[in-house]
Amino acid sequence: MGKISKYVTYRGQEGQWSWLLHRITGIGVFLFLLAHILDTAMIGWGPRIYNETMAIYRHPLFRIGEVILAGAVLYHALNGVRIIIIDFWPESNAAQKKYFYAVVVLFTLIFVPAAIYMMAWMTK
Amino acid sequence: MNGAGRPRPQGGIELYAWIFMRVSGVVLLIMVLVHLAIMHIINNIEVINYHFVAQRYATPFWRTYDLVMLWLAFIHGVNGVRVMIDDYVGSRGWRLLSLASLYVLGFIFLALGSLVILTFNPARPF
Repeated sequence: MGKISKYVTYRGQEGQWSWLLHRITGIGVFLFLLAHILDTAMIGWGPRIYNETMAIYRHPLFRIGEVILAGAVLYHALNGVRIIIIDFWPESNAAQKKYFYAVVVLFTLIFVPAAIYMMAWMTK
Repeated sequence: MNGAGRPRPQGGIELYAWIFMRVSGVVLLIMVLVHLAIMHIINNIEVINYHFVAQRYATPFWRTYDLVMLWLAFIHGVNGVRVMIDDYVGSRGWRLLSLASLYVLGFIFLALGSLVILTFNPARPF
């Protein structure tokens, strides 16, 4: 068995997918945080340099990335709450699959309208 | 426990790290979602520019907010990467090298981020 498949088959089912997604979204958000520190640092060079840097984020690819980033943060936040509930109230582990579906439903209810709103620039 | 996070460590610094992830997670949930709502829903990238930041940082409130959020998010992220390095990097040499790089780069980025938030002066002429 290859190295990657060993990790991916860990635990199985909802517990595995929620856990894997938690790690992937965590790494993604952390990498963006590094980029965000660099872009904000440009403000030290004055309005021209900072405004030119911000213009990069107005590129359509970055604006789609912005929506994906918001989704990653939202998933990581909601699934984090699910982890905390199970960690501190172990008896709730019996319902962990239900909690995962609750995360999926809540995520969809918040993310879909937010994403549509954030993509409104496309129709302008 | 199939649905839980990393098992609670027995004690020492690992236990503090485990607790920090959960406490900072709850605080960040509120702070980051408010940050996203203000910067990406109420405002958006079309209106965020130097002038926007200058107005926002004219009073200490958002500066303090951003600094607290930066430190919590950054330490939360570095600790998350540390746990993943421990999980995935098997060889001792590579693990030490990746952890050392994580801490050095982490220190530089956190210092840079803090410096920018604390020293930005909108009155400075360009």
